[in-house]
Amino acid sequence: MKKSVFLGVVAATAMTAGFASAATLDDVKARGELLCGSNTGLTGFGAPDANGNWVGFDVSLCRAVAAAVLGDPAKVKFVPTTGETRFTALASGEVDLLVRNSTWTFSRDTDLKFDFVAVNYYDGQGFMVKKDLGVSSAKELDGATVCIQTGTTTELNLADFFKFNNIKYTPVTVQDDSEAQRQYLAGACDAYTTDASGLAASRATMADPENHIILPEIISKEPLGPVVRHGDNNWGDIVRWTYYALLIAEEKGITKANIEEVASSTTDPEVRRLLGLEGDAGVMMGLDNNWAKNAIAANGNYGEIFEANIGTSTPIGLARGLNALWTQGGLQYAPPLR
Amino acid sequence: MAMASEAPKDGFRLSMLIYDTRFRSFTIQVIVLLLVLMGIAWLVDNTVQNLAAKDKDINFGFLWNRAGYDIEQQLIPYTNDSTHGRAAIIGLLNTLVVAFWGCIFATVLGVFAGVLRLSKNWLVARLMTVYVEAFRNVPLLLWIIVVFVVTSETAPQPKDFKVTAEMVQTGAEPPAQKILFGTVAITNRGWNIPAPLVERPLGVVNVGSVPVNLTLLAVIAAIVGSVLVNRAILRRARRIQEETGDRPTTWWQSLLVLFAPTILLLLALGFHIEVPAFPTDETGVSKGFNFQGGILVMHSFSALLIALSLYTGAFIAEAVRGGVLAISRGQTEAAYALGLRPGRTMKLIILPQALRVIIPPLISQYLNLTKNTSLGIAVSYLDLRGTLGGITLNQTGRELECMLLMMLIYLTISLIISSLMNVFNSAVKLKER
Repeated sequence: MKKSVFLGVVAATAMTAGFASAATLDDVKARGELLCGSNTGLTGFGAPDANGNWVGFDVSLCRAVAAAVLGDPAKVKFVPTTGETRFTALASGEVDLLVRNSTWTFSRDTDLKFDFVAVNYYDGQGFMVKKDLGVSSAKELDGATVCIQTGTTTELNLADFFKFNNIKYTPVTVQDDSEAQRQYLAGACDAYTTDASGLAASRATMADPENHIILPEIISKEPLGPVVRHGDNNWGDIVRWTYYALLIAEEKGITKANIEEVASSTTDPEVRRLLGLEGDAGVMMGLDNNWAKNAIAANGNYGEIFEANIGTSTPIGLARGLNALWTQGGLQYAPPLR
Repeated sequence: MAMASEAPKDGFRLSMLIYDTRFRSFTIQVIVLLLVLMGIAWLVDNTVQNLAAKDKDINFGFLWNRAGYDIEQQLIPYTNDSTHGRAAIIGLLNTLVVAFWGCIFATVLGVFAGVLRLSKNWLVARLMTVYVEAFRNVPLLLWIIVVFVVTSETAPQPKDFKVTAEMVQTGAEPPAQKILFGTVAITNRGWNIPAPLVERPLGVVNVGSVPVNLTLLAVIAAIVGSVLVNRAILRRARRIQEETGDRPTTWWQSLLVLFAPTILLLLALGFHIEVPAFPTDETGVSKGFNFQGGILVMHSFSALLIALSLYTGAFIAEAVRGGVLAISRGQTEAAYALGLRPGRTMKLIILPQALRVIIPPLISQYLNLTKNTSLGIAVSYLDLRGTLGGITLNQTGRELECMLLMMLIYLTISLIISSLMNVFNSAVKLKER
């Protein structure tokens, strides 16, 4: 008897899991909550603040999607994932969306059956060392011990970089950023390598940021972006266009502060389409027509999110660089909304 | 008797499958078997269907693809150009080396602690009680982390061993020094121990893709040969003793046979020890980030090994204590009456009999230890769980395949250990003739 009950439960779970991948939008609406895979704690990108509220650059995108879909940026449950667990969490339906500075690569796109719907941060892999080590280039790291987060693209880039330059290293694999910081600060490794933005974020949380330098070499391309499962194109479109809405808002000068004013006075047809005053953009994706307005009202446009979390005025102090709008010499470019 | 064997002659009816006690048990067994088989079939079918829904299949082809990542501890050669399959083997060997030494250390520790816990010496007995209770009642994971943190955070950094230009001028010593006559350096990364090297190695032969070190083989052969010859000498001495009553002096022959061939062989090969050291420039200033030469035993390995040995040793101590207590007091008294001292009584009378009781629980402790090596993930020890079940799984996205393979491998290891131990058990168990 017990066995059959057990099998029944297994059957029920398996079947719900089977259906879960079909229509993520319906699931999210029915649940009334967006499950967003986030970092276990990377200051500036995704970490709980002193009050336990999740804040950060990646977190803001999750909140914008929640605002677009459910009309409320607070209706997000953040599921902390490590570099090793994130893709399993997404593939198994544990999260609806993964925004966790994950690099878009060919194999993840094809073999892992995911879709990277956009690039919200153009990054590259760098090295951080202590100043007193006397190293000024990554090529001087011959024989060094390097801390590296496991399950990341950086792990593979690191091996390639040292092999290509014909120098040796000892890897120390760690689970997440905090463990890497502990080992690095304790001197268990000479250098810590991850995305340059991640290094800047780590350094900002250290007690003595001035004693650590990020080496000039950027050894890889790391386009970081939100990830969804293959096969649910509508859900992918929602996430992609929510992100683009934030970009268009910056381009058009729509901010969290002036959005109501713009909505009541604008005559620009693209802005009118964006804010749902004209056309049925939202309905086409199964959302309300004020989806983009809600998304922008949540945390502001892309530029505002950037400046508030990781920009030059924050301790992390990242310049826009490649992440400036295309109109200002960067790579951030949204297709036309029509 | 005749009544029972005389079955009723009337024909078989279907209802007898339920109401006749001769058939009912078979009916139930067949039904349960069918249900279990159906359950398994359904689970498999469900897995395949759900994978298909996610556009995935079951494919072990990734094992032959380039791994692309590095592993710090490798017992056989491995580079990031090797395959995922080889990375899994590296991980498996890392698991096995911890399991092997762990079982040995835990057994030695457990036997001592178990016997000493029964000691008449109040302090020794209580100390062993404290050890057993402390290790048995705290989760293993915590012990692993504690040992790792203590060993890695208390030791100096490698750069503290370096001689700077300033030190060369003033003649000052670096803040940290190597121990054991300057041969072993304990840093917060690991133990840099001397490596045994030979100047004229015999070379390496590749068997498949596994290189076999002929030098090592030759040394092992010399040692095994010496031991065999020594046993022959002792056997001859015993025979002469039994025939004539006089035992010929053999100690110098034994010494000669045991040590001379190996030492001669090592001298011929040009044996020397390579001490780990920082490379220096002409003025004596150290360069580089880490010690060069010697062998680096990572703290992740030593912490895992120490914690596993101490933890499992505590359980084995209890098994040993139980085994010793199971032997009748009369055995000890009889041995004392014959004039045997307590130590010899324990070694010759009690332990051999206690082994019969000790070995069955010992098998399960060995199995536990082997499976617990997978906790090495907590200290970033790249064992089977770290390579196949960690990085490979993550880089290839083949969760199901990696997990199935890992379960199969752990199952195989466990079955091998338990069958070996069962052979040993049947060798020591009470022979009934």
